[in-house]
Amino acid sequence: MPEIAQVKPKTTTAPNDGSWTYRTRQWVDRVLPIDHLLPHRQPYYVGSWVYVFGVITIAALVWVVVIGVVLSFMGPQWWHVSSLGRFFNSLHFWSVQLFFIFMVLHLWGQYFMAGWRDGRAATWMIGVVIFGSSILTAFTGYLSQQNFDSQFIAINAKDAMNGAGIGAFFNVLNFGQMYGLHVMLLPIVVTFLVVVHIVMVRARGVVKPIDREGGSPS
Amino acid sequence: MDIPAHYFDWGFIHISYPNLIVVGVMLVLFALALVAPFPHGSDRDA
Repeated sequence: MPEIAQVKPKTTTAPNDGSWTYRTRQWVDRVLPIDHLLPHRQPYYVGSWVYVFGVITIAALVWVVVIGVVLSFMGPQWWHVSSLGRFFNSLHFWSVQLFFIFMVLHLWGQYFMAGWRDGRAATWMIGVVIFGSSILTAFTGYLSQQNFDSQFIAINAKDAMNGAGIGAFFNVLNFGQMYGLHVMLLPIVVTFLVVVHIVMVRARGVVKPIDREGGSPS
Repeated sequence: MDIPAHYFDWGFIHISYPNLIVVGVMLVLFALALVAPFPHGSDRDA
């Protein structure tokens, strides 16, 4: 019986073997160590209600998405006619109101504490893009209601779209396009950017107060 | 939705009362967040 050669898999223990997985892991370890991603303690200056606005915004976004999934599954007849559907429709609407209210409060807080300092400019700019994307998502939501109100808004909004020169790309009278944007593309954009925003905040930590050492405006 | 909102007019400012109330509530919330004590605020890293 011939012996089967015991070939050990060829491995390398070199610290840098050129593989992209190794380099990616090293990069993640360096940029976002796990104790930054899931901290159990925060600096003393985070003990303020101002820092809660962002968390409430995320909570509202979760509600908006979860209830939106239910609404898209059940359909317009359900959300316009049945009691439970109207309740869920209202939950979706009021969750969006809370989302915008607390997003703007978060914006005020970060503006007055100059939250873009110390290498956090990209975090701030992504927040700006999230704000704009959320407004687009809300507008397409008004167009997706499937009632006379949404038709009235669409008829009036088309002139604004044409006046802005983007009517050829965004036809607000095209329900399918607006609904698709509202339930698929724009929520993915907003959710993805929110995740990136949070990871960037976790990577660098919360910005120090302006009068704190090392936290001077730049 | 069928009943138009009443509007507040002051100089160039023209805003519906529902929106004015929301802005007012936001300003109050922001001011409260600055001054209200945060629970366990001292139980944190220096």
